[in-house]
Amino acid sequence: MDKKSSIWVYITLAFGGLAFAYPFLWMLSATFKPEMEIAEIGLMSGNFNLDNYRAVFNKIPIGRALLNSIFVSSCVTFSAVLFGSIVGYALARLRFFGRDLIMGVILFTMVIPFQITLIPMYILMVKFGWVDTYMSLIVPGMISTFGILLFRQFFLDIPQDLIDAARIDGCSDLAILFRIFFPLSKPVMITVGILSFMGSWNDVLWPLIVVRVRELMTMPQMVTLFKVGGQAESQIGSQLAAAALLAVPIVIVYTFFQRYFIESMATTGLKN
Amino acid sequence: MRHFIKEIKSSEKSGYLMSMPYVVYFCIFVAFPLAFSFFLIFHKWNIVTPMEWVGLRNFNRLFHDIQFIKSIRNTLVFLAIHIPLQISIALFFAMQLNKKIIFRGFFRALFFLPVIVSGVVITILWEQLYSYETGLLNLIITRFGFARIPWINSPEWAMPSIAIMATWKNVGLYIILFLVGLQGIPRYLYEAAEIDGAKPVQRFFYITIPALNNTMLLVIILSTIGGFSLFIEPFVMTGGGPMNSTLSAMLYIYNQAFYFGHMGYAATLGFFFAFIILVVILIQKKVVERE
Repeated sequence: MDKKSSIWVYITLAFGGLAFAYPFLWMLSATFKPEMEIAEIGLMSGNFNLDNYRAVFNKIPIGRALLNSIFVSSCVTFSAVLFGSIVGYALARLRFFGRDLIMGVILFTMVIPFQITLIPMYILMVKFGWVDTYMSLIVPGMISTFGILLFRQFFLDIPQDLIDAARIDGCSDLAILFRIFFPLSKPVMITVGILSFMGSWNDVLWPLIVVRVRELMTMPQMVTLFKVGGQAESQIGSQLAAAALLAVPIVIVYTFFQRYFIESMATTGLKN
Repeated sequence: MRHFIKEIKSSEKSGYLMSMPYVVYFCIFVAFPLAFSFFLIFHKWNIVTPMEWVGLRNFNRLFHDIQFIKSIRNTLVFLAIHIPLQISIALFFAMQLNKKIIFRGFFRALFFLPVIVSGVVITILWEQLYSYETGLLNLIITRFGFARIPWINSPEWAMPSIAIMATWKNVGLYIILFLVGLQGIPRYLYEAAEIDGAKPVQRFFYITIPALNNTMLLVIILSTIGGFSLFIEPFVMTGGGPMNSTLSAMLYIYNQAFYFGHMGYAATLGFFFAFIILVVILIQKKVVERE
């Protein structure tokens, strides 16, 4: 690549980078500005203060919502990895009658749009008495179909010798999975973990449907209702501050593990 | 029958035990809702009072429902802008990133940032960027001497504005997918074409584009599913307005079910939208694969 064209590449990339980064920087800076100064292109102000954040913390229990989100997403992630690996192991390494049927069912369920099951799922939650409990937020997310497929795919490539040797030593299948497969499965565990965590953490529609009490609301849900429900009293500064508080945890995690995030999300490309 | 029993007897029993979690999950959270949805579409029900059999009246209502037709139209408007924008921008940046450059990881991570941040954050942020009097975009536009654009205030602009925002949010993912696709194209194809005297434009249209066919299809399908699932953006930003111009399929289902309590009708809507999604995807598949 000659020098002139490479300069152009950097200029376009820098321009693109700015288009993605600047709105975030602008938002962050706006959260510290007084309401009057938000409508400015620039980032700096002589009057930076914490009023907007104070307003958010005074009006909504956002700390509680953060804890709820962490609790719900952790349960979902842990369980999706655990059950995903167990079922994935059965489908990849055990021969039993009906296995192909289960595999076919899994592939079939992946093409069902969620629009069709949303209303019946809500009614199910009502009948179970799970509305306004953690159960409704956690249990339907405990198994990830895509996670099962990813684990199965990964487990197919592990040498049979390892299993045979462990069987001779008297290991059960669960013991083989946990003692021999798990240490080898870090990449797929990270992928399933990140996808489940992100899916659960960023979901708003489902929490909006099944949770109405403030104490159980997840963070994105609470920020949404803060904005839509009128509690923000159309103060732009505090809306943006609430949004920033919602963005910060995931951005911090992302900066440390961005490679894993990008690789995991790219596997969604395999879905179809 | 005896054959089945023999098969089951010779099976590894732990297979049944270990696939049990999925089978239970499937029965409760997939099979039952599907079956119940099929039951629900023939009923009128608000959960509290007893169900009432209405036959095909939900479907009859659906085809005469102006808002339903409007929501489909809105979704198509969204897709008509979102998909071409998504593909061209993602492909453009993926091709830049595919060159030998330093800081590739940095730019990749930067473009990907909006993908991982919640749609709620993006929407609250963009509502300010789009604000008519004080928004960042209009401030920049007026600085260059152009007239303000009523981004989310006019029925004509509102849905395109949401489509632009959704592109900004998702394009990072598609840049990565295209980048993966580009790296899978063998180098010798380009070298051979160069020897044959093909210009860069020709190389782009005769090698790059056909080789990325699968990625294109993927981007189109994911965007279509995204379009029909569009909810939080109009819910937070416009509430479906102005004049229902951003009423999305999902937002309409939500309103019917949880605002008006029409569970049977909402289930019918969900059923029908799911049907449309599958048909649209099948058509796209046929078209893209043929080209």
